[in-house]
Amino acid sequence: MSALVENSANHLADTGPVRLEVKDLSIQLTSGGAEVVGDVSFSVRAAELLGLVGESGSGKTTVALALLGHARRGLDISAGEIRLDGENILGLKAAELRQLRGAKVAYVPQDPSAALDPTLRIGFQLREALRVHPGSVGDVEERVAEMLRESRLDSTPEVLKRYPHQLSGGQQQRVTLAMAFACRPSLIVLDEPTTGLDVSTQRHVLETVRSLCRSYGVAAVYVSHDLAVVGGLVSQVAVMYAGRVVEIGPTEQVFGLPVHPYTRGLLAAVPSPKRAEVLTGIEGQPPRPGRKPKGCAFAPRCSYAVSNCFVERPVPVAIGDSYVRCMRARDIEKESHARRVTPPTALAGTGDAVLKLRGLDASYGRQRVLYDVDLDVHPESCTAIVGESGSGKTTLARCIVGLHSNWTGEITFKGNRLANGARHRQKAVLKQIQYIFQNPYTSLNPRKTIGQILSEPLEHFMRLPGDERKARVTRVLEDVSLGLDFLDRYPDQLSGGERQRVAIARAIVVEPDLLVCDEVTSALDVSVQAVTVEVLRRLQRERRLSMVFITHNLALVRSIAQTAVVLCEGRIVEVGPVEQVLEHPKDPYTIRLIEDVPRLAEVGSVPDTAPSPN
Amino acid sequence: MDVVAPRPVAVATPRVRRPWVHLLGAVVRTQRGALGLSLAGSVVLLAVIGPFVAPYSPNQSVTIDFAGPSAQYLLGSDQLGRDVLSRVLAGGWELLLMALASTAFGVLIGAAAGVSAAYLRGRVDGLIMRTVDVFLAFPQLVFALLLVSIIGPKIWLIIVAVGFTHAPAVARVLRSAALEISERDYVKSVELQGVRPAKVMSSEILPNLVSPLMVESGLRFTYSIVMMAGLAFLGFGLPPPSPNWGYMIQENRIGLSLNVWAVAVPVILIALLTIGINTFTDAVARVAIGVESRPEEGLIDDIGMDA
Repeated sequence: MSALVENSANHLADTGPVRLEVKDLSIQLTSGGAEVVGDVSFSVRAAELLGLVGESGSGKTTVALALLGHARRGLDISAGEIRLDGENILGLKAAELRQLRGAKVAYVPQDPSAALDPTLRIGFQLREALRVHPGSVGDVEERVAEMLRESRLDSTPEVLKRYPHQLSGGQQQRVTLAMAFACRPSLIVLDEPTTGLDVSTQRHVLETVRSLCRSYGVAAVYVSHDLAVVGGLVSQVAVMYAGRVVEIGPTEQVFGLPVHPYTRGLLAAVPSPKRAEVLTGIEGQPPRPGRKPKGCAFAPRCSYAVSNCFVERPVPVAIGDSYVRCMRARDIEKESHARRVTPPTALAGTGDAVLKLRGLDASYGRQRVLYDVDLDVHPESCTAIVGESGSGKTTLARCIVGLHSNWTGEITFKGNRLANGARHRQKAVLKQIQYIFQNPYTSLNPRKTIGQILSEPLEHFMRLPGDERKARVTRVLEDVSLGLDFLDRYPDQLSGGERQRVAIARAIVVEPDLLVCDEVTSALDVSVQAVTVEVLRRLQRERRLSMVFITHNLALVRSIAQTAVVLCEGRIVEVGPVEQVLEHPKDPYTIRLIEDVPRLAEVGSVPDTAPSPN
Repeated sequence: MDVVAPRPVAVATPRVRRPWVHLLGAVVRTQRGALGLSLAGSVVLLAVIGPFVAPYSPNQSVTIDFAGPSAQYLLGSDQLGRDVLSRVLAGGWELLLMALASTAFGVLIGAAAGVSAAYLRGRVDGLIMRTVDVFLAFPQLVFALLLVSIIGPKIWLIIVAVGFTHAPAVARVLRSAALEISERDYVKSVELQGVRPAKVMSSEILPNLVSPLMVESGLRFTYSIVMMAGLAFLGFGLPPPSPNWGYMIQENRIGLSLNVWAVAVPVILIALLTIGINTFTDAVARVAIGVESRPEEGLIDDIGMDA
């Protein structure tokens, strides 16, 4: 094994023994038998990482859990084989499965703070796996110390005495990684393990994952919706859509020369920190289990679809080293994967700042969150505020709109000083500054129709008569690319992206001057994010809005903003035009932040240097 | 101008939807809900059509006291020789109506107090909730008895007294439910429009409290029935000649060994009614919190929430 370890992951992929083999896996709803996952096949060799990517509801987590022989309540694994080191785990009894889990196949969950027991010390939880599977390693204490070292946790014994809440998110995730690798399993399943982490922490955790898989010769399945993360980590990618693998192959090929229209769509939606690009999303939403169309499940959203696509189920076609489940794969392959065009550079802000912040200090109770923030937002331009979680960026937004009133300093809007809380501000000011919330799932009243939601601010702010309101609501729905049939729907009948567009419509329907967007895409899938950002960008230009765009996603900044402001622990560390901040950052914090952003562009140059174990 | 987003093609049939209709529909489709509804429904039906089908006048002596069941008097007679069947059929609506009125009254003030406390916070919250605590310190029945014995047994007073004893408990439940709703972004969003608090509470918060409101109403309704029957048993109902299930239990219990039906039938009916409503309420609560949802609703997969 040791000889293999030194080689690159790609080389290993060809030579290592096959650890995991999945054949024609199907998973159904217990009641009704509708197919949730179908015909999923792939294999993973020792020390190889397979990325399982797809959007919400694509079935990737369902497949990941099946690899542990588990199906969630209401689901049944109905057909297929999952062979782990040659043994079909689907034939095992419950007791045998328990023996297998933790010892031969391990799972790393998405949210470490929910996966670790808050009442038990880290040491106890680390030793637990080893206690449950005696015989998998020699000396328990020796192994625990080794695990700490390998997962790059502080190897002093003090860390073992801590409770989960005394560790940071990154450290917690390292603990779950250490627990997963404890018994030296053959297969490890990672379910979006870095989703809740900041980019820098994410990079370090990913490096740990890579080196651990390499040194143990473990096969790994990495589930993620973040294509950039997957691109830099794995050697093989399987793209899932509506419960099926639509494209599978070596990472360079799938991400470099994608064939399936869905893969192409996904990749076109990923923003790049290097260039300002138009983001193209995929309209529509995936079918629900039991409502899948007869032919190709992607056909209704596919721009390449021909009539046959709606009738016949596509079978995988070999293209190069990958397999593509698309009838038109050979035709599409010839068409180049069109690169995205650069959008026209928006007008830079001219004239006096619309919004001025001077010496803004804000706190929550005694906890100070913002320190002496100065900020100018110019008319008709977009200012992005970038920062990691806890940097105070949301608090900043809430101070501006008046949701957070515990601040001192000065906020002036068009020359007028703003009062601290929304209830002390005049209606005219409230109307001019509109706020879009982060989570579209909680920002729309579930008991109101979209029509009601959109016409209420008009009634309240402008006292418009009914027919005039109707006309404006109709127009604004068109502006956010939603049809009139949305008027009578309720929020729970809408997808996340549609909801967020309704939220945008609610904000712009009163014709504000300043739009404050707080992480408006972070709850959305990447293809939906692209559509949402494009809608915002177009509206900003058409309606000559000033905009404050808050985000943790540096790559997104390039596509929408003209000015970038970097916030670190409540202080502004860098301000400047977007190109300058992203390309020639001056502040060490900004430099690190930019370096740590995972990039799709790096895909081609996969042979990553083995990370030093320190 | 780059048109990136093609027009979506989805077509939905617009439908008018009221939250409680939606919820009730889902509840009736569950086994528990159907059972509860049929139990309570049949008793209510009996009480409503009863007065019209009673074979004899409920207030007239037709035979000897405490006669056993016979072909002529199916459930025998009571302490004054009146037909028990007729009194049972005629004696339900009064109890039901009074219970309904007092429940409506209690839930109304309770909800108003609870939602205001939750949304307005601060001093209003403290004042309302401490008052609630004081009232909760009295046993419900004792409090109602106190009022009735001071002012006298009047229908409106019994309704108000029973209703009022429900208010504190309702206020508690709805306050905690409303607290959570008050923090939602859609509430913040209308606050940013400068909408008045009363309007925020009535149009944003209240419609989202339909489930707890329905559960509370059902629960308080059963309590009302039991309290009404209890008060009647203690002699605080409508004046004696008019039939009332609660009062029947009290007046006929001396003849229990002679004609058991004069007591047993009202007892059974009250029991069926309360069990039925309770079961139905339980089903409402289960559907509302999602214990009995359809399996595919739990399938929304891998929602990638970035921090």
